[in-house]
Amino acid sequence: MPVKLLIPTALQRYVGGEDQIEVEGATVGQALAALADRHPDVRKHLFTESGQLRSFVNVYVGSEDSRHLQGTETPVKDGDELTIVPSIAGGVGLLDPPRERDAVLSREELLRYSRHLIMPEVGLEGQKRLKAARVLCVGTGGLGSPLALYLAAAGVGTLGIVDFDVVDYTNLQRQIIHGTSDVGRPKIQSAKETLQEINPFVEVVACETALTSENALEILRDYDVVVDGTDNFPTRYLVNDACVLLGKPNVYGSIFRFEGQASVFWAEKGPCYRCLYPEPPPPGMVPSCAEGGVLGILPGVIGVIQATEAVKLILGIGEPLIGRLMLFNALKMQFRELRLRKDPECPICGENPTIKELIDYQEFCGVHPAPAKPDDEWSISVRELKRRMDAGERISLIDVREPYEAEIASIPGARLIPMDEIPERYVELDPQEEHILQCRSGQRSRRVLEFLREKGFGRLKNLEGGVLAWSDEIDPTVPKY
Amino acid sequence: MAIRLSRYRARMIRAHARETYPDECCGALLGEVNAEGKWVRSHRRLDNVHEDGHRRRFRVDPYALMLVEKEARAQGMKVLGFYHSHPDHPAVPSEYDRTHAWPGYSYIIVSSRPGRTGRMTSWIIEDEGAPFTQEEIERE
Repeated sequence: MPVKLLIPTALQRYVGGEDQIEVEGATVGQALAALADRHPDVRKHLFTESGQLRSFVNVYVGSEDSRHLQGTETPVKDGDELTIVPSIAGGVGLLDPPRERDAVLSREELLRYSRHLIMPEVGLEGQKRLKAARVLCVGTGGLGSPLALYLAAAGVGTLGIVDFDVVDYTNLQRQIIHGTSDVGRPKIQSAKETLQEINPFVEVVACETALTSENALEILRDYDVVVDGTDNFPTRYLVNDACVLLGKPNVYGSIFRFEGQASVFWAEKGPCYRCLYPEPPPPGMVPSCAEGGVLGILPGVIGVIQATEAVKLILGIGEPLIGRLMLFNALKMQFRELRLRKDPECPICGENPTIKELIDYQEFCGVHPAPAKPDDEWSISVRELKRRMDAGERISLIDVREPYEAEIASIPGARLIPMDEIPERYVELDPQEEHILQCRSGQRSRRVLEFLREKGFGRLKNLEGGVLAWSDEIDPTVPKY
Repeated sequence: MAIRLSRYRARMIRAHARETYPDECCGALLGEVNAEGKWVRSHRRLDNVHEDGHRRRFRVDPYALMLVEKEARAQGMKVLGFYHSHPDHPAVPSEYDRTHAWPGYSYIIVSSRPGRTGRMTSWIIEDEGAPFTQEEIERE
């Protein structure tokens, strides 16, 4: 039963340039399959990977849309004419403000943004779009600093910032939104002041709170774009999941030492964070900036890339990093790109999502609150250590940090055996003796303690809080780093 | 390869864009391709049936397009591509345009403002998902 398939211009190149082809088939599906068998190049334009008719393609049987009949099961008979009609669509941008927010620019703003207004890609309409936009920056640290600064300068109308931390002296090496006089102040206050000074026309909404499963949906709901400037895995998964559930784009960035990554996760249009990293790494495997260190200038590069992507989404220009993971190596000064695919099995944005609400992300990432129990037989507090030293007791204090750390700050009487060398050098220690293990904060030394316990050491104590606690409680002249 | 259309036709497309402002208009371009280039001989206004609103989006009514396809064939022409407007937005394709574009069609975009139109540009993609290449519009 030959039927006539009318091929639209867009598909003619895949079928040898023909504009009509006769095939055999008893249903629409069979006729199309016969076409694809004869011209394999056309298959992926007609069918999805699971064999369904692509939503971008309509098939008319005579004058009836097959989707209003029985779809691909629609029967066809001899001499029927099937017209393949591609779906033709387009429009101005990816983001739709949920309500028409007509922004008005004052004379001062027109002058302030004149370098934007004279560009055809931005123009007055683009600047209005920026002013009407609401962007949420999660975190005002390494990444959050440059990205919030540039978004404010660019004229984003409403900038939400979320951070509950306090400015620390060690932040100043890279968190350029904070200054020396801000040390000790809440980051959110310091950031808000800097941003308002840069651009008083921006409404800075400061949320001095930790983002949690209880409040994330409510906080994110009002914003058009979320930019993730956080530094820990539980928050990254929380932000991702909240964005997927709310349908918001999530501009992602991450940094480690001298490498960085950036992408735009938007479940409606491409992969989400879980498509790329379905599971968080085991806790402790990926060090934080505090543990692994970071080249101070690096978050500047990645943070501004994130700001750029946010601006592109708002203006609807250029090609955003949706479905693309940009990798940056500062030492080689190289940018690379990986294609990312949406994972059809993704538990939150796939075809059969199992996650429908926010979960406990601390548990998901295996982060357990550090058990600081002073009466634990394997722990010793800095006060107790000091008491014993003052009493003249013989103490074996083993410092498991790196040599450069010991040069910055140390506890008197400690013997340095860096953690990496413990597997070879633990034989220098007498397993019958009591040893107190110490590091910067008490975490590494706890791991060394577990290691030595397995090797048969029976008398061990972890100095809870490490050098930091010693500086806090015993000797403030010992520098914290 | 440039796309050629008459000044008259360009004026008609601009009129369509002006009439539908602040919504996006859309239509089909009919004509032929030969060794000398792409010639737009005719065009058809089409209804914008996009579900998400017409101010920033368009979708061609597939039934109307199906009829246009048949009509083009009957007159020995091809559907060369489509035109649409960008109200209050430059005549530059967006990411949304790119992810919905088919290789093989010319996409003419005209910028529209209250009471007038701006630049008119034309774009093609070589392959699905590729970036747009601008093609020259030759008016005759």
